[in-house]
Amino acid sequence: MVTALKAGDQSAVAQLYDRYSSVVYAVALRVLGDTGAAEDVLQEVFLQLWRNPAAFDAARGTLGSWLAVIARHRAIDFLRKRKPETDLEDVIVSVSPDLAREADRSRAAEKVRGVIGAMPPPQRSALEMAYFEGLSHSEIAGKTGEPLGTIKTRIRTGLMTLRKAFQT
Amino acid sequence: MSTHEQFADDLALYAVDALTGEDRAAMETHLAGCSACRVELEQLRGDGALLALSTLGPKPPQRARQRLLDAVAKEPRVPARVAQTETRRSWWGVLGWAATAAAIVFAASLWKENAALKQTLASANAQATQSARELEDIRRIAAPIIEPEAQVVTVVALKAQPQPGGKAFYLRSRGSLVFLATNMPPLPPNKAYELWLIPKQGAAIAAGVFKPDANGRGTVINPPLPPGAEAKTFAITVENEAGSPVPTSPVVMIGAGE
Repeated sequence: MVTALKAGDQSAVAQLYDRYSSVVYAVALRVLGDTGAAEDVLQEVFLQLWRNPAAFDAARGTLGSWLAVIARHRAIDFLRKRKPETDLEDVIVSVSPDLAREADRSRAAEKVRGVIGAMPPPQRSALEMAYFEGLSHSEIAGKTGEPLGTIKTRIRTGLMTLRKAFQT
Repeated sequence: MSTHEQFADDLALYAVDALTGEDRAAMETHLAGCSACRVELEQLRGDGALLALSTLGPKPPQRARQRLLDAVAKEPRVPARVAQTETRRSWWGVLGWAATAAAIVFAASLWKENAALKQTLASANAQATQSARELEDIRRIAAPIIEPEAQVVTVVALKAQPQPGGKAFYLRSRGSLVFLATNMPPLPPNKAYELWLIPKQGAAIAAGVFKPDANGRGTVINPPLPPGAEAKTFAITVENEAGSPVPTSPVVMIGAGE
């Protein structure tokens, strides 16, 4: 499919959209909380893929994960009213499942939510503030009144917990 | 733990873009020279992607699909420019690097403008005519440079051995980059030198691969680069010949802005 996209096949865009638009839109909506803005991000992510399909390197990750991460980047850029700070080529996502099928994604999403739900609330909160609100570690520390070192450790431990859940 | 323990927490922050200021700069410096941490960074980004994939919500509105397809239809694909990986023959020496690079960058900018123009020209015939004219311009400009019989002489201090060297000519406003290397050591099979644009902020940006010719010369001309990337310096690593999106081996050459 990506090969067809690289060859300039416009129908490939439609097929990839049908497969991945729900995850891209969901991520954008989670970050932005606004359907209109999320739709703009959705549009931009797929247009970027159309314009520069080579930015996605199939050898180093899966398209579903890559699009989800791109959507998150662009939504946070939008949220913070800044120009895109991350180049598509810089976004490399290894190990994550592709989850092209809706049913697989629902199962995986449920599993992730279960893992997040089992985290201590301050850890979950720090991770979500960084990932979905685009806050820096010092902003999170300022918001929660906790030391920087604590925030750092919480975010790392949170990511490691997620990794372990999908390794078993 | 495959990464350096003292960077572990900061690496996780960096992976979710939560590291700022001096800590971020220090991390990027470390990452440029540490393949273990780069591998771990990819893993951490993958871990973060699970968070993104876990989001569920309403489906996008129906109109969004048609809006996208309409936009795609209005943007026929501009042929992708590929990093120049072929080495150039002996014509670099005659005019000197600066003049050569300037001519090439200028020629490339004409090409680039031509590509942009293609998008907006309404008629295919008009596009062809315009392309032909501008290609002819490029040929005319480059003609004094590309004569195959040009002689190349490297001048060095008496008794000194020629050292590997390279020059990057980077025109940020146009995204044009010409890199010329000389006296490069031969490479193992299936390996190539990869040029990296090291930005003032952010990760190293792949800027083309090249293999030196029998005389140790290599070039990279106008690799695909993100628009407006501000270069702090350039560096070279040895990678697989297809190139790598991130450096995976130690830096063998590095420079500073001139």
